[in-house]
Amino acid sequence: MAQATETRKRPRGKTQPAASKAQSASKQRTIGKDQLLRAYHDMLLIRRFEEKAGQLYGMGLIGGFCHLYIGQEAVVVGVQMALSEGDQVITSYRDHGHMLATGMEARGVMAELTGRATGYSHGKGGSMHMFSKEKNFYGGHGIVGAQVSLGTGLGFANWYRETDRVSVTYFGEGASSQGQVFESFNLAALMKLPVVYVIENNKYGMGTSVDRASASRDLSQNGAAWGIPGQQVDGMDVIAVKEAAEAAVAHCRAGKGPFLLEVKTYRYRGHSMSDPAKYRTREEVQKMRTERDCIESARHRLAELGVDEAALKAVDDEVKRVVQDAADFAQSSPEPEPSELYTDVLLEA
Amino acid sequence: MSTQILMPALSPTMTEGKLARWLKQVGDDVRAGDVIAEIETDKATMEVEAVDEGKLARILIDEGTEGVPVNTPIAVLAADGEGVGDVEAPQKEAPAPPKVAAEAEDHTAVADRAAERRAPAAEAAPAPEKDWGPTKSITVREALRDAMALEMRRDPNVFLMGEEVAQYQGAYKISQGLLEEFGARRVIDTPITEHGFTGMAVGAALTGLRPIVEFMTFNFSMQAIDQIINSAAKTLYMSGGQMGCPIVFRGPNGAASRVAAQHSQCYASWYSHVPGLKVVAPWSAADAKGLLRSAIRDPNPVIVLENEILYGQHFECPTDEDFIVPIGRAKVEREGEHVTIVAFSIMVGVAMQAAEALAEQGISAEVINLRSLRPFDAATIVESVKKTNRVVSVEEGWPFAGIGAEVAMQIVENCFDWLDAPPVRVHGVDVPLPYAANLEKLALPQPEWVVDAVRKIV
Repeated sequence: MAQATETRKRPRGKTQPAASKAQSASKQRTIGKDQLLRAYHDMLLIRRFEEKAGQLYGMGLIGGFCHLYIGQEAVVVGVQMALSEGDQVITSYRDHGHMLATGMEARGVMAELTGRATGYSHGKGGSMHMFSKEKNFYGGHGIVGAQVSLGTGLGFANWYRETDRVSVTYFGEGASSQGQVFESFNLAALMKLPVVYVIENNKYGMGTSVDRASASRDLSQNGAAWGIPGQQVDGMDVIAVKEAAEAAVAHCRAGKGPFLLEVKTYRYRGHSMSDPAKYRTREEVQKMRTERDCIESARHRLAELGVDEAALKAVDDEVKRVVQDAADFAQSSPEPEPSELYTDVLLEA
Repeated sequence: MSTQILMPALSPTMTEGKLARWLKQVGDDVRAGDVIAEIETDKATMEVEAVDEGKLARILIDEGTEGVPVNTPIAVLAADGEGVGDVEAPQKEAPAPPKVAAEAEDHTAVADRAAERRAPAAEAAPAPEKDWGPTKSITVREALRDAMALEMRRDPNVFLMGEEVAQYQGAYKISQGLLEEFGARRVIDTPITEHGFTGMAVGAALTGLRPIVEFMTFNFSMQAIDQIINSAAKTLYMSGGQMGCPIVFRGPNGAASRVAAQHSQCYASWYSHVPGLKVVAPWSAADAKGLLRSAIRDPNPVIVLENEILYGQHFECPTDEDFIVPIGRAKVEREGEHVTIVAFSIMVGVAMQAAEALAEQGISAEVINLRSLRPFDAATIVESVKKTNRVVSVEEGWPFAGIGAEVAMQIVENCFDWLDAPPVRVHGVDVPLPYAANLEKLALPQPEWVVDAVRKIV
């Protein structure tokens, strides 16, 4: 993989490379102004939420592991735009963005991060383990790759019940080498299960770049042996992600079996909070931030579509308010009662 | 309004660090995400990124300063429109710790409550077993099949999956006839892919389906143990009670005959160790049928440890359509006065043979069939030991940290003063199981081992 060496900064908001300009014509066909504004809002909410989480972590209010999603926002927001009520979502431990995208409350997610009774898991799960039956969000899993078999099971449940719901199963390019991922591909293809596998390729599994971890040079073709169609997608472009996800979801809903998306994205922050990030240059990160940022490019596109600065500022302010409210809630909520230690181990038979 | 930038903690254990370098100077504009400084800990050098936006108004800690405590203000940002000179240096005070409504109790209170939760079960006299009326002789194999068929008729969410369960009718012919009756959607042949299909079944169970996963032997469950423990057993707790996992994992456990080390391990102790799982180990056909029915109805993950040698053995089993055995109840298989022998699965048969031999020698042994390993029915054992004052535990598995260790400790905790002799355990020899017929026999508990163990303490 080419190391980014360019250090020249381009001015913010005027950084659309030629390729994406060429796509602009097709973008207008699939996304309206309101929808893009919504996507901008959702991505910005995740960005600001994660920045706040990082800050609270730095203050010692969030403990343990905390994996931030900053830089990857277009992936979950784009995919979510292709889903309908009842479709299931499952992911790994870098899950805050997925939860916000599925409509889970910022308050409940942040309160779980601070380990409070008002968190989604009542303080028993933390950053990596949160769930919402109501929003069909099945976690939040800390074991790399385990969610891929589980997500295949969500697709199995749709097949068993003969519904047209689709399971969206996210994992990183690091997890894509796990044996159970390939076991799952085989099962899903064999049984024609409605599972959209989304590999979020952010280039680094912790500190190991993908070219040092996988002999596959095109992860979207990792299901080829089982006949699973795959596609690479620009994960820094929310519209491209939405379009690809729509096609993948339609394929699954039509009963044609699983689909594999490799979404090329980038995380700006470390693997977790305690990551010295010596495996990549500052210039590489800065280049992505200044040239490819999904939020900046959505903002730029909105301006092109005639959304004025005041409207964008209103979104920014609203997001800031929601995040600050979530942070206040997460800090003022009580810790779980000591008696909660013993509850939720087993259900009454 | 100005904003303080605090010395961040960059790992769960960091308490202080060195402020190595400032990358922004007073007067510079700062945007969220900009790297503003580098800090060093004993483990690494890391970058501090700005969360807030504004103009860097003051630097409060000079670069090169060592031992800066986490949460110390290190700089001040002026907000938009605020002049750098307008910003006052703040008091060097860390923000107050978060207000926490529920104060933690001390350790003793927590320990006392844990003891309370255990004690009543061990002290209450167990209720008598229900009389289910007429019985019929059937094999354990038929009992397991009947249990699955009855529950699949009762609940359309129940299905069976595993290697060779459908067309082949089960590697050990447990699922005979199920494919014909329930069809390919509910009796599913899987590829040889334990990790994958176990995870898939757990995922399906999280949505409310009730899978029965057959392992051709529990030895193969090792391929899938992460999904059983980390996903099936822990999700209810990790989700704050939102997401249960009603699933059954079943198959033969322990030694069969001459299949050597990799196919002959007992996993009773492994799975019984885990909160969030239930574990049962039937001996008779009635145990098998009744416990499997309970396991399928249970809203939690249940491990059903069967035994290949028992599959073909006949036992009397109630014919009542509603017959069921509750999980968590041991059964006194034979009453006696001088010693209590506690066993489970195939070792109940060994214990019964030993009790027969002991009777000929004038020793009256009470045999307890544990049936459930988790939850563990300490009450029935305690009741018996209070009568016999002596106990021998019998298991096929290895001794160290085995079920026998738990039996002894439960007795020590609950009825130590009634003991007239130390508890004794009979167990498989502490080696991988050998293939040679003579060596295999030397490694697995025989009735005479139990007789000898009893004679040492009676």
